[in-house]
Amino acid sequence: MSTLHTVNKSPFEKTSLAACLEHVSAGAAVLLLEDGVYAALTRTSVEGQVKSALDNVKVYALGPDLQARGLLEERVIPGISVVDYAGFVDLAAEHDKVQAWL
Amino acid sequence: MKFAIQVNEGPYQHQAADSAYFFAKAALEKGHEIFRIFFYHDGVNNATRLTTPPQDDRNVVERWAELGGHYDLDMVVCVAAAQRRGVVDEGEAQRNGKDATNIHPRFRISGLGQLVEAAIQSDRLVVFGD
Repeated sequence: MSTLHTVNKSPFEKTSLAACLEHVSAGAAVLLLEDGVYAALTRTSVEGQVKSALDNVKVYALGPDLQARGLLEERVIPGISVVDYAGFVDLAAEHDKVQAWL
Repeated sequence: MKFAIQVNEGPYQHQAADSAYFFAKAALEKGHEIFRIFFYHDGVNNATRLTTPPQDDRNVVERWAELGGHYDLDMVVCVAAAQRRGVVDEGEAQRNGKDATNIHPRFRISGLGQLVEAAIQSDRLVVFGD
């Protein structure tokens, strides 16, 4: 039983990511999309939080949403995998359920 | 795999309407089945055929309709959310004494039971919203 959690809010605007990371169980996956991709960057105030989450869960960021915001993949925290929409579909299929942190 | 998709936001208002479309398209291109796409809350505005975006902008409603036509998708608009926002088909126009309809023919209006059924019948329910 594993869940794919999707977070579409910037961590600098809403607390969805923090709430999500408090609730995820080990082995789960978190996909950052839309403004959620800001959490995937290095040198931000939430970098530590995201890096420690990587010990328990897999974290992904949606590439097209990084690109749409002019964010370079070089700035993505090592350990976070960048996926496209096809990758998003694969993640949804691989996990038992998908939980959106709206 | 069988997917159900819920869209809670309108076009040109929130990225959720775009994200849901690209997810649906990618799933179908991978050979997955989409049991139903349910438009809820402001998401019902994805179904108005009267939308006229500038020519150099994406036409979110037409885009859904084309995808729906290509894959014969069941695209359902929540009736209560639609009534509040003036998304109307022939039946609703008659029932509520309205002088016009605006729903795109690729969509249909129905109740929340359709969302529950989609959640039960599908392997995954993926929600897009704010």
